[in-house]
Amino acid sequence: MNGKPYAITLDVGTSLANKTGSWRTERAVYVDRMPPCNDACPAGENIQAWLYEAEEGEGGYESAWRKLVEENPFPAIMGRVCYHPCETACNRAQLDEAVGIHSVERFLGDEGIRQGWQVELDAEPSGKRVLVIGAGPSGLSAAYQLTRLGHAVTIYEAGSLPGGMMRFGIPQYRLPRDVLEAEVQRILDLGVELKLNTTVDNALEAMREGGFDAAFLAVGAHIGRRAYVPAGEADRIVDAVSLLESMEGEERPQLGRRVAIYGGGDTAMDAARTAKRLGATDAVVVYRRTRERMPAHDFEVEEASEEGIEMRWLSTVKHFEGGKLALERMELDESGFPQPTGEVEELEADSLVLALGQEADLSLLDGVPGIEVSDGVVQVGPNMMTGCEGVFAGGDMVPAERTVTVGVGHGKKAARHIDRWLRGEAFEPGPRHELATFESLNTWYYSDAPRTVQPQLEAARRASNFAEVVAGLDEESAVFEARRCLSCGNCFSCDNCYGVCPDNAVIKLGEPGELYEIDLDFCKGCGLCVAECPCGAIEMVPEQI
Amino acid sequence: MADSNGQRVRFYQVGSFAAGNRLLDPEQRTVQARMDRSNTLTSGHRACQGCGEALGARYALDAAMRATDGKLIAANATGCLEVFSTPFPESSWQLPWIHSLFGNAPAVASGVAAALRAKGREDVRVIGQGGDGGTVDIGFGCLSGMFERGDDVLYVCYDNEAYMNTGVQRSGATPPAARTANTKPIGREHPGNQFGQGKDLPRIAMAHGIPYVATATVADLHDLERKVEAAMELHGPRYIHVFVPCPLGWGAAAADTIKLARLVVESGLFPVFEAAGGEVVGVSKIRHQVPVEDYLKPQRRYAHLFGDPPRTDVIERLQAIADANIARYGLLDGETA
Repeated sequence: MNGKPYAITLDVGTSLANKTGSWRTERAVYVDRMPPCNDACPAGENIQAWLYEAEEGEGGYESAWRKLVEENPFPAIMGRVCYHPCETACNRAQLDEAVGIHSVERFLGDEGIRQGWQVELDAEPSGKRVLVIGAGPSGLSAAYQLTRLGHAVTIYEAGSLPGGMMRFGIPQYRLPRDVLEAEVQRILDLGVELKLNTTVDNALEAMREGGFDAAFLAVGAHIGRRAYVPAGEADRIVDAVSLLESMEGEERPQLGRRVAIYGGGDTAMDAARTAKRLGATDAVVVYRRTRERMPAHDFEVEEASEEGIEMRWLSTVKHFEGGKLALERMELDESGFPQPTGEVEELEADSLVLALGQEADLSLLDGVPGIEVSDGVVQVGPNMMTGCEGVFAGGDMVPAERTVTVGVGHGKKAARHIDRWLRGEAFEPGPRHELATFESLNTWYYSDAPRTVQPQLEAARRASNFAEVVAGLDEESAVFEARRCLSCGNCFSCDNCYGVCPDNAVIKLGEPGELYEIDLDFCKGCGLCVAECPCGAIEMVPEQI
Repeated sequence: MADSNGQRVRFYQVGSFAAGNRLLDPEQRTVQARMDRSNTLTSGHRACQGCGEALGARYALDAAMRATDGKLIAANATGCLEVFSTPFPESSWQLPWIHSLFGNAPAVASGVAAALRAKGREDVRVIGQGGDGGTVDIGFGCLSGMFERGDDVLYVCYDNEAYMNTGVQRSGATPPAARTANTKPIGREHPGNQFGQGKDLPRIAMAHGIPYVATATVADLHDLERKVEAAMELHGPRYIHVFVPCPLGWGAAAADTIKLARLVVESGLFPVFEAAGGEVVGVSKIRHQVPVEDYLKPQRRYAHLFGDPPRTDVIERLQAIADANIARYGLLDGETA
């Protein structure tokens, strides 16, 4: 006998000897998915990652800002002028309202300026020199990224001040100039050389003369598109680009009391709102299609309407004579294209502003071999290089949506390709993760929290001056807004998987940030951790049997 | 304590709905989020995939262990919880644990408490626990005696609404219309388990006038842990009734265990509340109300209600039960109990 009491033949043991992992046909695997905000960002920002840092509150702002400026040197500008496609894509919009990403970005950007945070350079100097032509968002972004990669950068700018369309296209009430200057100066402080009032006639010659190893062209699109409008001698017609540009000069342009603006894009809205601020009693936007087909962003149209801008839909300008505009009424045909009806009405106007789009001045590419231009823009490859070896281009002069953010994205992308090209390599972007869809989330776990709307200057007050229309969030609201992020597709250390496993088969590795591991000895493959993960960062994968 | 949406902490991404939250003070996170939790029911147990009872037992006992500095003894009734955790010679229990019979767990717990009192060990606390069969049916007399004598025991019932261990037979806690091995839906006259009062054990416990009675589910961990801690603050007989879905017995997906516990609350079919001295003192409000169909449909034990034609008459009667709960306990915002 074994010396044990009757019927006891085995030592008491723990169930840990029973490896229930053998029951499993599927295993839980932690994944990273692409958050829709990051996916949609034209500047390729890692939005979710900097929101994560900002959620910490005061202790996290600087690290959030540092994460942000890795991809985009202009958080304070971006938070004001970007049309935030990230928010359009945000999964939270399907729950209550999209996270106000731009307002958090702006808060961080303003905090960066207030605190005087600087970007540190740690790359070895490469000994290579890169010429950037144009000090707009794209050129400055490229210069910034190239400098951080160790290259020496010189910018040639035709204008008298840096900023490009951020200065000469975006009105001050949307982007105060001290903000613009602070963020541009931070780039120049890295050692970027800026040569103002320097027009380049031939890009290749400028490269050779300056001894540059590569060039990035970002001259923008500054020529207002004209339309032939028969007009009397005394009737004043200006184009919107020149109008907005002249706002940066000493003398305010004279438009009169009744101003008509022809066009339906964001620039038309900017021009109309500027005219109103210059003293116009009537500012009327004339557009040949309908509101639904207007290219201007909704909030621009809304803010303009609030400021008393009138809209004349389905109208074209026939002629302008003796202070009277003849407008022909249009009708949309079956394909949605406006067709003339022959009915004409009159609109009294002291001046007419044309906001019909912009074109790029590409004369600096005359005689440069290999350059291909179509539809008025320069064709570039996926690496942003033109047909001429070593000459890259981006921003409004290449085929793309014309926004500040797209320009910044082009600058960054081009910089990475130029860097590798200078090193005789090719830049391969990393694999793109699967998109984190709304369906992959378990939204039960998120607190109900509608969005904090930025305070707006009262319409009547703002229409008469150039003060910033939209004020920033205070700190408490900014943290609140950041914490509304659902962290789609990426673990944010909520411990739910660790909590809900009936088999204790999720191992918590440490404090937040160190994440978790599945104990495959005991994971039965029930899938509870996957079902109860708020952010869809775990998936079930069939076992190979 | 909670705002109108049932949020105890606002503005914190997941508030207090998830087990942990890196933005919360560690003390406000759940016991289950802690790296040093007791894991009183450890790995290697033989519960089915996605077992709600295994989860509920670990949640409740880990919280009780933390509340008593690990000085805790558990007496267990026969049932799944006992069978899957202690096949001879293995045990999954990491606390002193005793099993005797199906029907006597409350009496065994009373005996342990009496022995501790005789030895002057006031620091060691006692928990009795079992499934709904061992509690509402077979051990009911012992439990009522434990209440009535005023014994210093917290009894926790893990209610999965039938005798699962022996093959899904109905218990006094099986809900109306549910299919079990012995309440098969046959024709229009017998749509699963009969309608009737059933045994509403939390209310029966309240009728004993004992210091503390509460209900909870595995879907709200913060709430469950808080109730266990509150119970351990008190002495005398206390009772917590935990709703624990059973994937096997209910014909539900293993991954849906917590979802079903959430839906039963959100539909109003299982009211979550607490009572002191026989009076309701707090209820968990419904956060996003759902019709009972949302809860019933994912379970094959109710599949006969959704055939062709669907038994809308039966579903309406079940909805009426949910509506009555909502009215009785004031489960919707703006209503008071």
